[in-house]
Amino acid sequence: MAEFGISAFGAYVPRLRIDRALIADAHAWAAPSLRGAARGARAFTSWDEDAITMAVEAARDAIGPGDATGVTALRLASTNLPYADLQNAAIVARAIGAPAGIASSDAAGSQRAGTSALLQALKGGERALVIGSDNPFARPASAQELSFGAGAAAFLVSDERVAARLIGSATVTDVFVDHFRAAEAESDYHWEERWVRDEGYAKIVPAAVKAALADAQLAIGDIQHFVMPSYLKGAADAVARKLKFAGTVAGGLEDGVGYAGAAHALLMLAAALETAAPGDRILLVGFGQGADALIFQATDAIAEARPARGVAGSIADALPTDSYLRLLSFYGGIEMEWGMRSEKSAKTPLTEQYRSGYQLEGFNAGRCDACGTLQFPQLQYCVRCQAPAERFAQVPLRDETATVLTSTADWLSYHPAPPLWVGFVEFPGGARVMMEMVDIGKGGIDTGARLRMVYRIKEKDRQRGYNRYFWKSTPIGAA
Amino acid sequence: MASGIKDKVAILGMGCSKFGERWDAGSPELMKEAFEEALADAGIERRQIEAAWFGCWGDGINVGNSSIPAAMALRLEGIPVSRVENMCATGTEALRGAAYAVASGAVDIALAIGSEKLKDTGFGGLPPPFKGTFNDMWMPMGSAPAGFAQLAPYYRAKYGTSKEDLKKAISHISWKSHQNGQYSPKAHFQKAVSMETIMNAPMISDPLGLFDCSGVSDGSACAIVTTPEIARAMGKTDLVTIKALQLSTSSGRETQTSDWDGSYVANTRNAAARAYKEAGIDDPKTQVSLSEVHDCFSITELVTMEDLGFSDDGRAVFDILDGRYDRDGAMPCQIDGGLKCFGHPIGASGLRMAYEVYNQLLGRAGERQLASPSLGLTHNLGGVPYQGVAAISILGLH
Repeated sequence: MAEFGISAFGAYVPRLRIDRALIADAHAWAAPSLRGAARGARAFTSWDEDAITMAVEAARDAIGPGDATGVTALRLASTNLPYADLQNAAIVARAIGAPAGIASSDAAGSQRAGTSALLQALKGGERALVIGSDNPFARPASAQELSFGAGAAAFLVSDERVAARLIGSATVTDVFVDHFRAAEAESDYHWEERWVRDEGYAKIVPAAVKAALADAQLAIGDIQHFVMPSYLKGAADAVARKLKFAGTVAGGLEDGVGYAGAAHALLMLAAALETAAPGDRILLVGFGQGADALIFQATDAIAEARPARGVAGSIADALPTDSYLRLLSFYGGIEMEWGMRSEKSAKTPLTEQYRSGYQLEGFNAGRCDACGTLQFPQLQYCVRCQAPAERFAQVPLRDETATVLTSTADWLSYHPAPPLWVGFVEFPGGARVMMEMVDIGKGGIDTGARLRMVYRIKEKDRQRGYNRYFWKSTPIGAA
Repeated sequence: MASGIKDKVAILGMGCSKFGERWDAGSPELMKEAFEEALADAGIERRQIEAAWFGCWGDGINVGNSSIPAAMALRLEGIPVSRVENMCATGTEALRGAAYAVASGAVDIALAIGSEKLKDTGFGGLPPPFKGTFNDMWMPMGSAPAGFAQLAPYYRAKYGTSKEDLKKAISHISWKSHQNGQYSPKAHFQKAVSMETIMNAPMISDPLGLFDCSGVSDGSACAIVTTPEIARAMGKTDLVTIKALQLSTSSGRETQTSDWDGSYVANTRNAAARAYKEAGIDDPKTQVSLSEVHDCFSITELVTMEDLGFSDDGRAVFDILDGRYDRDGAMPCQIDGGLKCFGHPIGASGLRMAYEVYNQLLGRAGERQLASPSLGLTHNLGGVPYQGVAAISILGLH
């Protein structure tokens, strides 16, 4: 039997960060006790990021440049998917250039969604991409607002260049309601933390771990890394003690990320794999209405499987921000007055979206076969020689490093994260495109600066609840 | 070989409403002001107009689609009325329609009227435009100042112009237009403003400050055209004729390829070359007496001086600071205050420029009258420098 397991992985954490102390300070008048827990920085999504856009970024980090050819299944796990009835995974699949024959599906409904999706893919035996992506929202001044973050991790499972094999697994299902969120609700309702820790994590997880160890025919002493996400501080250490685990308890990515919902277990697994040595055994736990326990063993291929960015790279690529109200506005916690310009209809013509999908979804430029001119958008004829567009070769621009030709900070136009940075971007091969530039630091951006492409929400139709997605540019390594 | 429009069409009469924040008037009232002045100037009756072109840009905030609102407002009974829209070139586009109708011999007398009511939006500035179902899917929605401000870094990079020199030159442009606006009773802004105030005004889109942006105004302007023969037969002695009418529209080369270096406006250069040819002008620097150009933003006027061949490439900054385009300079530009001070009701602007040139040529410009001008040029730039439409008209004494 051919070996099957994790062949590649990648991660994305929103670049925007805020010190938890700033959040706590904003609430000090009503909840002074928050200051005690306010350490480090958490990540938060910009107004144009969501579970879909983060998933695209993590998937690109996992599979590298080029179309996602050869992937036959894609599973997107999150409990904050933007659409209830419109397959979110399909949008991700199109953005990364997956083949039309891909079997895509969403996985949701539990903090365990990420580990369950990964487990199913590993057992399914198909060359599949599993992505966990989440940006949980917590009410202002809640403990969760401090502990929560955002991020995404993606895993390619296949029988090629396996870097981590699944050597045992088990699942326990139990209706233990530590928290819940009704289908239409904005935020969670949490039960007492002590009960969740002592009666939930400390009892349910060991049962699943015990079964997984039995499945792998191993003892806890054979495990080097214990990876268990929790929004409760210290939960992983408490369970590790209960398991008499003597190895490394993986850190919870509290500083720089924060608890990223259904994506967090996968983010922590990615972080563990980034430093794992060949032969290391990793015990991964997903908790929620029971628990998943997955035991991996890294292979000699682990060193080559490490992604370009990964979790460590994502954490390092931070753009510090200093306004709690910005976070609140981006997460819909406050309704700002944006002026009359924001009243313009953002209704997306779905017919047009479908027609132009071939070039907009994956950011495909056309290369004229008559004169070689690379151009975006692709109109009816070549911009230089007027040859018909039917003869254009499709060339994705999304993985190219482009440069800023010019840029302007526009404070006049309506933009949910003012100012709107806009300018001409030049791609290798000569294509010039007017683009939005995002995640720009206080220093602005200069001509000649290098840009990478990111999949983002182009416009939000707040009236109808529909997001239009497109590619934007962001400075490489700027802060 | 086409013979062009030169001297085939004469202006029989023109009119222009008071520009500004016309809280008292909608588009129909503004049109009435311009129309009545033009009728009186032409010395004709309404029923003598055989065809009309109505230019307006923003149907969402104006009178709505089609020519019907103009025909209703002016009671143009049973004649063909066309509505044209070509962004900021709309007014000149209306004039082009009327002039071509007369030149073709289809009609003897035609009307061109442009009108825009911008101050029914509830906020300052222009409403964000709809760019089309496809463009809205991918194109960033930048404001007009953001689009034009991008000329500055390109221009500076190409000619090694310092930030300070460029700011001084564009400030001089606005200073000069405010100087001129004082003598334009129909202008939106009629107050002189000091260089210091202009240079220290709040930034709108770097390097454009508040005074680098034209006014958002209501207004209407109108022309009645016929053939020179008919005009003379009607007793007109001093005749202003159309020497050239040219347009150039972007096909995407500037925005989609690296062909364009960003320091000029290709459409203006294309339209100017054809207009000079049509008018028989070989040295615009000495032959053109005055110009009314599209100073939607001061930086636009600066590059336009080079695009029109009034200044050599890279020299506009110096010519401007030397006063070449001031009212007492060699080639006065915006003698009526320009878009900056006369105002910019989009659909009317091209006709307003023609109105000023027409009055200057006829010696009827009052306090701002120049000494014996013979040839005047109007220039509009619709859209943005890299994706737009440029319109040029050249008017002269017959």
